[in-house]
Amino acid sequence: MTAAPALTRRGLALALGISLVSRTAHAQTTLLNVSYDPTRELYRDVDKAFPAVWAGQGGDALTVRSTHGGSGAQARAVLDGLQADVVTLALASDIDALAERKLLARDWQSRLPHNATPYTSTIVFLVRKGNPKRLLDWADLIRPGVAIITPNPKTSGGARWNYLAAWGWALRQPGGSDATAEAFLGKLFKQVPVLDSGARGATNTFVQRGLGDVLLAWENEALLAADELGPDKFDIVYPSLSILAEPPVAVVDSVVDARGTRRAAEAYLRFLYAPQAQDIVGRRHFRPRDAAAQAKYAAKFPTLPLFDIAALGGWTKVQAAHFADGGAFDRIYTPGK
Amino acid sequence: MRQRAARAVPGFPLTLAMTLVWLTGIVLIPMTALALRPWSLGLSGVLHSLAEPRVLAALRLSFGTAIASAVIDLPLGLLLAWVLVRYRFPGRRLLDGLIDLPFAFPTAVGGITFTALYASTGWLGAPLAAIGISIAYTPLGILVALCFVGLPFIVRTAEAVLRDLPGEVEEAAATLGARPAQIVARVVLPALFPALVTGFGLAFARAVGEYGSVIFIAGNMPMRTEIAPLMIVIRLQQFDYAGAAAIGLAMLLVSLLCLAGIAALRRRLEL
Repeated sequence: MTAAPALTRRGLALALGISLVSRTAHAQTTLLNVSYDPTRELYRDVDKAFPAVWAGQGGDALTVRSTHGGSGAQARAVLDGLQADVVTLALASDIDALAERKLLARDWQSRLPHNATPYTSTIVFLVRKGNPKRLLDWADLIRPGVAIITPNPKTSGGARWNYLAAWGWALRQPGGSDATAEAFLGKLFKQVPVLDSGARGATNTFVQRGLGDVLLAWENEALLAADELGPDKFDIVYPSLSILAEPPVAVVDSVVDARGTRRAAEAYLRFLYAPQAQDIVGRRHFRPRDAAAQAKYAAKFPTLPLFDIAALGGWTKVQAAHFADGGAFDRIYTPGK
Repeated sequence: MRQRAARAVPGFPLTLAMTLVWLTGIVLIPMTALALRPWSLGLSGVLHSLAEPRVLAALRLSFGTAIASAVIDLPLGLLLAWVLVRYRFPGRRLLDGLIDLPFAFPTAVGGITFTALYASTGWLGAPLAAIGISIAYTPLGILVALCFVGLPFIVRTAEAVLRDLPGEVEEAAATLGARPAQIVARVVLPALFPALVTGFGLAFARAVGEYGSVIFIAGNMPMRTEIAPLMIVIRLQQFDYAGAAAIGLAMLLVSLLCLAGIAALRRRLEL
């Protein structure tokens, strides 16, 4: 296990060396943004817009590249030596894992406004057109005969938000407690016919395979699916209560200090809060923080009661109680416990 | 004697040194690193992390389906090899090329294709679902994918030996009065056994570690269709590197045991 990262690092150094040689002629700075799956379209636009902004602030010529993948896998790549200047991941706990290994300061989440989350999203239901099974709220999901598609919370960041949204709703029902919430989740997962390992995989199972009656999904993924895959095939249902998903961003201190890219990296993240980027955020189906962008895209994002992760005790506690080995999610699937 | 043996291979010290360096770099060091990694948990920690019901279920599933797929591939592979070697027919070369496809094909593509075909809405899955058989998202689906990746190993190992076994041997047996069944049982199969055992071992070893083609069709339900390599990925996802390495080490040890058993069987058959 220790040998592999060293080899990857050498390969990366080689690749970087080659790209440096080919780029010295332009004296360009490059930034690498390591992000998660559904932000592809968002950062394609942001990366295109930022170099001009940076030049306006007196910066050098700059290119930003973004890579995408499962949030946890991306965090691991950075841990194993991928030279990410900034990380923009699905879960604060994935960036916490980097902080634990001293790649960035522990107080990273207080360095930028709004818990370092320039955009938010929530968890919604994507159902077949016309909602034939009349699935209107979380309680409807556990009716007999309803097949639910959601990825595996052990391997997918999005799936953890799905799980926690359901948990938070169950907790807030009359007489709700940890025990009733766990029972609700148990019933819910009994009606999940397949656990994909990632959010995009689950979307494919629902959209392409035609499996299931409802897909629990990021709002941005649901909007994208309804928009691009078939506006006449799907409806989005907003439950009575859902979770405020806050995908955070951070500068990786150890990398930017080594590469001398701190100023550009920090400007890049600050740009995400600027009106121009906030407009891209809204266009790409994420909920903007900026009031003007919020007003502009108000029709797209219905207001609904949302609770945040702090209401469940914060990521560290949630991670240990639900998703660690032997946690609540394991208990759902382990017989006799 | 000793000198002559050394001279039989030109440049023996050089080639041996290169072989050792290569093997060390690409097999020995990574395996050692894997063997050392889990122990930061301590012995009881490693055992505890392996004794978890989900891990045990995953290991059972992975090794069970791997053996089953190799057993299924064995007669099919033999049959294919036989057809390819003994008969000449139009399209034989094409068939020959098709056999190797699972080697060259990205396994994920194979897995996605199988899932699309065998899901309850797919070309093959829909009629099967009508008679109450579901393949995708069940252990049966895993078996289908593993049979796909394992088949060429058996065909290719059997084919090589079969080609060296001249048709005259069978004819000689026939002139001596052997019935067709006797020729197969007494003449052909004994000559093929060592090769078949090797092919079986290769197909099994490949199937145990297979991830790409299986992960899409398995359904990944804990305790039911979660394969051991996925458990490793899940542990990594939790940043539990040592726990992941513990499963890896367990798989390595069981695989080594199986392969050693197969090698011993082969030696006995060759004697």
